[in-house]
Amino acid sequence: MPVKVRIPTPLRRFTGGSEEVGADGATVGAVVEDLERQFAGIKERLCDEEGRVRRFVNLYLNGDDIRFLSHLDSATKDGDELSIVPAIAGG
Amino acid sequence: MTYIHGLRCRECGAEYPHEPLHVCDQCFGPLEVVYDYAAIGRAMTREVIESRPRNLWRYRELLPVTCDPVVGPYSGFTPLVRADRLAAALGVAELYVKDDSVNHPTFSYKDRVVAVSISKAIEFGFDTVSCASTGNLANSVSAHAARAGLNCFIFIPDNLEQGKIIGSAIYGPRTVVIHGNYDDVNRLCSEIADKYRWAFVNINLRPYYTEGAKTYGFEIAEQLGWTLPKHIVVPTAGGTILPKIAKAFQELAQIGLVSGPLPKVYTAQAAGCAPVVHALHRGSDLIEPVKPNTIAKSIAIGNPADGFYVLKAVRESGGWGESVSDAEIVDAIRLLARTEGIFTEPAGGTTVAVTKKLIEQGRIPRDESIVISVTGNGYKTLEAVSASVEAPFVINARLQDFDQLYGSLAPPPRRAIGRE
Repeated sequence: MPVKVRIPTPLRRFTGGSEEVGADGATVGAVVEDLERQFAGIKERLCDEEGRVRRFVNLYLNGDDIRFLSHLDSATKDGDELSIVPAIAGG
Repeated sequence: MTYIHGLRCRECGAEYPHEPLHVCDQCFGPLEVVYDYAAIGRAMTREVIESRPRNLWRYRELLPVTCDPVVGPYSGFTPLVRADRLAAALGVAELYVKDDSVNHPTFSYKDRVVAVSISKAIEFGFDTVSCASTGNLANSVSAHAARAGLNCFIFIPDNLEQGKIIGSAIYGPRTVVIHGNYDDVNRLCSEIADKYRWAFVNINLRPYYTEGAKTYGFEIAEQLGWTLPKHIVVPTAGGTILPKIAKAFQELAQIGLVSGPLPKVYTAQAAGCAPVVHALHRGSDLIEPVKPNTIAKSIAIGNPADGFYVLKAVRESGGWGESVSDAEIVDAIRLLARTEGIFTEPAGGTTVAVTKKLIEQGRIPRDESIVISVTGNGYKTLEAVSASVEAPFVINARLQDFDQLYGSLAPPPRRAIGRE
C-alpha cells in the first residue's frame, strides 16, 4: 500500500477530481516526484524553482507539519498519510 | 451600490470573481478584496461617516458588503480610552487604549470580522456558518449566527479555558473539540470546508472576514479627531489584524480623510509562541512554525499564515516587535487593570507588556502618541490571573471585627500615581 496523499480542492484538476491518491517514495520529496510523474504540473504548484515547498503550502505527514520533521527529507512508509493544505490563518 | 471590483491574489496578482474563494489556484497565496477607491472617496466624507450610527458599519463603503448589513448593529465603535495613569506608570506622555474588551456582543475584536463575514455568508446564500477557533472567534460566530438564525458548527482545540467553551456553547451551535492544538483544528477545518460547502468565516470567506479588522483602525483615526497616532502596538496570532490596521490607515489617507505620516506599527507576541517576532529579529522573510507554549492561548498560533504580511507591514512602517514571558503578561494585565480599570485577557496583557518593553528599549519614544490594542476581555480567561490577585480579607459580620482589621492595615498606597 503506497502513501495516501490528500489533495486539496485547488489541485484536484491535476488528479482528475480525486481528493485522495496513492504515491510511492521513501521520503516526502520522493512522494512529490511520484505525484509529478502521475499528474504532470502538480509539483510546480507545491515547490518553487529551487525545489523548496512554497510559502503558502503546508505538508502534513500523519498529522505532523513536515517543518517539524525533516522537511522534504522526512521518511515515509507504506500506509502513511500526506496531507497537502493551503495555508490559512487565525481565529 | 457595490464598490468591489473582485478578488486578487496578494502574492501573484491573479484575479478572481467576487465569490466565496480564499486561495489562489496558481500559487496558493491568499486572496484579498479589490475596491474602487475613486468611487469610495466620492461617497465617504467625514460628515457622512459622522452622521451614521456608532457601529462598525459606519465605514461600510470600505467593507466588502453589497447589501444592507443585517448582523452586527451594535458591534464596533468601542472606546478609545485616554490612559493617563498607565502613561505615567510607563513614563510616556500620550497613551491610548483601544478597548475591544467591551465589543458587542461577545467582548472581543472578533465581533468585527464576524459581523462582516456573516453578512457576506448571508449575501452568498449559505445556511450554515462555521469556524476554527481558539475561542473568541467561536464565541462571536455562535452569537451572531444565533441572532441571524443560521445553523452553526464550531471547531476548537482541546486545551481551551472553560469560559471560552461555555461562552460559545450557550448560543446553541454544534461544538466539536479536536484533540490537538489550534493548527491541527485549522488543518482539519480546511478539509471540512472543502468537502461540506459551509461558510467557514475564517477559511473560505477569509478575504471578506479579514476586511472587518480594518474598522479597528478606522475608529482610532476618527476617535483621535481624524488624525493618526505615531505608534500602535498590535498582538499577533494568525497575523490578520496588524496588516489590516495598517491598511485601514493607508486607505483613509488614500481617500483623503486623514493626512500626515502613517503610524509605526509594532507586533506583540508571547515568548512561548513568537514565530513572527523571531523572523523579524533574524531579518528574515521566512517564518519557522513553533509549537505554542504560553498562557496567551488566544494568540497561540504556531503557524501564522499571514505572518509574512505582518513582517511586511511592520518593516514598511518602520516599526518593530517584541515578545514577553507569561509572567510579564500577567503583570501587565494587573498593571492595566490597576491603572485604567480595564481587564483584558492575556493577548491584551502581551500587548501592554510589549509596549512597556519597546519603550524601555527606546524603540518607542516617550513623547509621541501611542495606541495599545486591546482585543479581548479578561473575564473570559480568569484562570490566567487567578493566582495573581491578592487574597481578600475574611472577617465576621461585626463592626468591631472590621475596626480591628482596618486598624491593623498599613495605610493604603497612594493611588494617584500621576501626581507623585
